[in-house]
Amino acid sequence: MATVALDAAEAGCPSGLAPPASGDNRADPAAFVRRDARGRDTLELLVQGAKCGGCIAKIEGGLLALPGVTDARLNLSTGRLRVAWSPGALKPSVVAEALTRLGYSATAFDPEAATRQTDEEGRKLLRCLAVAGFAAMNIMMFSVPIWSGDGEMGEGTRTLLHWVSALIAIPAALYAAQPFFRSAWRALSARHANMDVPISLAVVLTLGISVSETLQQGEHAYFDGITMLLFFLLIGRYLDHRLRERARTAARDLLALQAVTASRIDARGHVSAVAARDIAVGDRLQLAAGDRAVVDGVIEEGVSELDCSMLTGETLPQAARPGGAIHAGAINLTQRLIMRATAEVRDSAVAELARLIEIGEQGRARFVRLADKAAALYVPMVHSLAALSFLGWLLGPALLRALGFEVADVGVRIALMNAVAVLIITCPCALGLAVPAVQVVATGRLFKRGVLVKSGDALERLAQVDVVVFDKTGTLTLGKPRLVNEVDVETLRAAAALARISRHPLSRALVEAAGPGAPAKHAREIAGEGIEANMDGVTVRLGRRTFAAPDALDAVDGSAELWFAHGAGAPVRFTFADALRVDATETVAALKRRGIGVELVSGDRPIAVAAAARAAGIEHWAGGVAPADKVARLAALKAAGKKTLMVGDGLNDSPALAAAHASASPGTALEASQAASDIVLQGAELAPLVEAIDVAKAAKARALENLRFSALYNLIAAPMAAAGLLTPLIAALAMSGSSLIVTLNALRLQLERGRPWTS
Amino acid sequence: MDIMIFLIPAAVCLGAMGLAAFFWSLKSGQYEDLDGAAHRILIDDE
Repeated sequence: MATVALDAAEAGCPSGLAPPASGDNRADPAAFVRRDARGRDTLELLVQGAKCGGCIAKIEGGLLALPGVTDARLNLSTGRLRVAWSPGALKPSVVAEALTRLGYSATAFDPEAATRQTDEEGRKLLRCLAVAGFAAMNIMMFSVPIWSGDGEMGEGTRTLLHWVSALIAIPAALYAAQPFFRSAWRALSARHANMDVPISLAVVLTLGISVSETLQQGEHAYFDGITMLLFFLLIGRYLDHRLRERARTAARDLLALQAVTASRIDARGHVSAVAARDIAVGDRLQLAAGDRAVVDGVIEEGVSELDCSMLTGETLPQAARPGGAIHAGAINLTQRLIMRATAEVRDSAVAELARLIEIGEQGRARFVRLADKAAALYVPMVHSLAALSFLGWLLGPALLRALGFEVADVGVRIALMNAVAVLIITCPCALGLAVPAVQVVATGRLFKRGVLVKSGDALERLAQVDVVVFDKTGTLTLGKPRLVNEVDVETLRAAAALARISRHPLSRALVEAAGPGAPAKHAREIAGEGIEANMDGVTVRLGRRTFAAPDALDAVDGSAELWFAHGAGAPVRFTFADALRVDATETVAALKRRGIGVELVSGDRPIAVAAAARAAGIEHWAGGVAPADKVARLAALKAAGKKTLMVGDGLNDSPALAAAHASASPGTALEASQAASDIVLQGAELAPLVEAIDVAKAAKARALENLRFSALYNLIAAPMAAAGLLTPLIAALAMSGSSLIVTLNALRLQLERGRPWTS
Repeated sequence: MDIMIFLIPAAVCLGAMGLAAFFWSLKSGQYEDLDGAAHRILIDDE
């Protein structure tokens, strides 16, 4: 058994950046294998726990060593692994087993969910960005001589340089401005205006005016300004897009993960892997120990125990017997079960929760983002100012003459020029960068601390939070029992040898306490009772009191227990408790210091909830709460004017996660919960939650500063432009200067790291 | 100033070459896995 211990020591990330996966990749990926264009069988898997170059080498090397595998490529950014092999050369389950051996958990992708792999819109934006950047730089090369040669450059040379600029700027601007044209057109057809309307208008008008100036051999052409404007705007647009795309990818990956397989038994008793959505009512399904039920059903054969903690929050397993009901999401613990499906995936208990999640998310979609609020104020103001300056320059002189002043008409050309100058100078370069730049820096910083923020507006909502509602099992606590009483090492080791053959949570806790070792030989597990083995002729039992030590007195403290009896020796009692996360108490205290209210709402028994609340220092708690009642509690807090942050991990928390103002789940949470929450804490600690709130608040402050700065800039620049004082040189300096200041201000967030959040 | 007739096209061509190189790198998927590329260079291929 030495090899097993060796593998365990080397499993997972070689740099120790992620703990090795504990579970097996049991789901058979056979249903997800596809034939690619080159006639090879390919499989896409989502690998968790791959963090460094060592992981790439280990995973790719390990898979290429399998006979038949021709290609294995891991994308470290997305965690997607693509494996290809010659048709029929190996069984897909071998790949999953190899990954388990290497210490990574991997889940096969639903190919339909993974098809839109390349981000076409992002590439399009990048291409536009590159074109705008190329044009801006080249035109700047022609503009600088014009500016610096002021007065000395002949009219002919200047016009030549303008024409060359025009030849580059016109196609480049028309290409690079497409995202803005399209968005403006969509907004206008829906009869409302967005930020892209003034941008599109400015691009078209400026190009037109500049060409007409060049034709008339005029002094000012804005070809450099228009391409630079597009360049800066596209940077902001691309950053914003990347943030949203990451959120979308995270959500899509989680959805794909739910497309699990089940083992169906056909009429001839043959077992095959099918995708969960293909299961029909009446199908007979086999559930091996460790498998999760994907649909609701009735147990037909077998006696085992079910872990329903993800469904109810209850830590202790429930008995499973023929005729009993089994709900989707329950994990079979001890022995093989055969169940008959009574519902399809979409009608199962999980689907009911999914509907609650959807309702919650619709409510959240009404949240108005900071940048959109700014745009709503900004657009009408800019348009009226531009229109006013046009009319002012056109009609102003006539008006003044009527009042007795001596003024000459300036003409349509100058009036239009000045109106366009207003549109250019107020073009929201800084405004477009103000919020995305801050959010990219903030999410990047949190990502390094193991906090995955799924969207930019999640960060904005997080900044407003004033009440945090925790779930207990798996969130405030580790979600699995731990051995709490003192037992001598020899007894512990002997009991652990028996426990090693079982998947029961208490057995796993015992094994964890004992450390590595060999399992007992000839041990057998009796479902719902315990484990029995014959060690050197002595009968050894581990399990319930009634099974292992029927003569021992019943301890009445109600905690989870295992009894161990070695032959005729006195039986030993092991007691277990679900321990709080190491920093749970500190985190609660840190939240309270920030003036944030903390509540504990759990589906577990009130006694257990009260104990956890006391230990963590939470005054407000409620136990035995059903999923719908959690949502009701959040609604009550909302009605009281509170902004809630729900932190939870189980399926029973998912509706509450979706309904809360903002939500977070630990990395150990069920995929559905991670999908429903805004941020995912990837480590085993809760403390990053406090940092996430702090960073969100700092990010909001930076974003507001940026918006105020943009407003101030427009207050100074717009009247200047309206007064006709703007030249292409000033426009170029003002635009690049303001964008730079906004970006630098966003980067300040990066500098504020390292501030201790405790004490 | 006749030299401008050569310099302007030369400058624009150089810029266009850079742009073409960027499009090529985008198309060949070099921006798909930025984290992985940073690490792959350190992996020893035997």
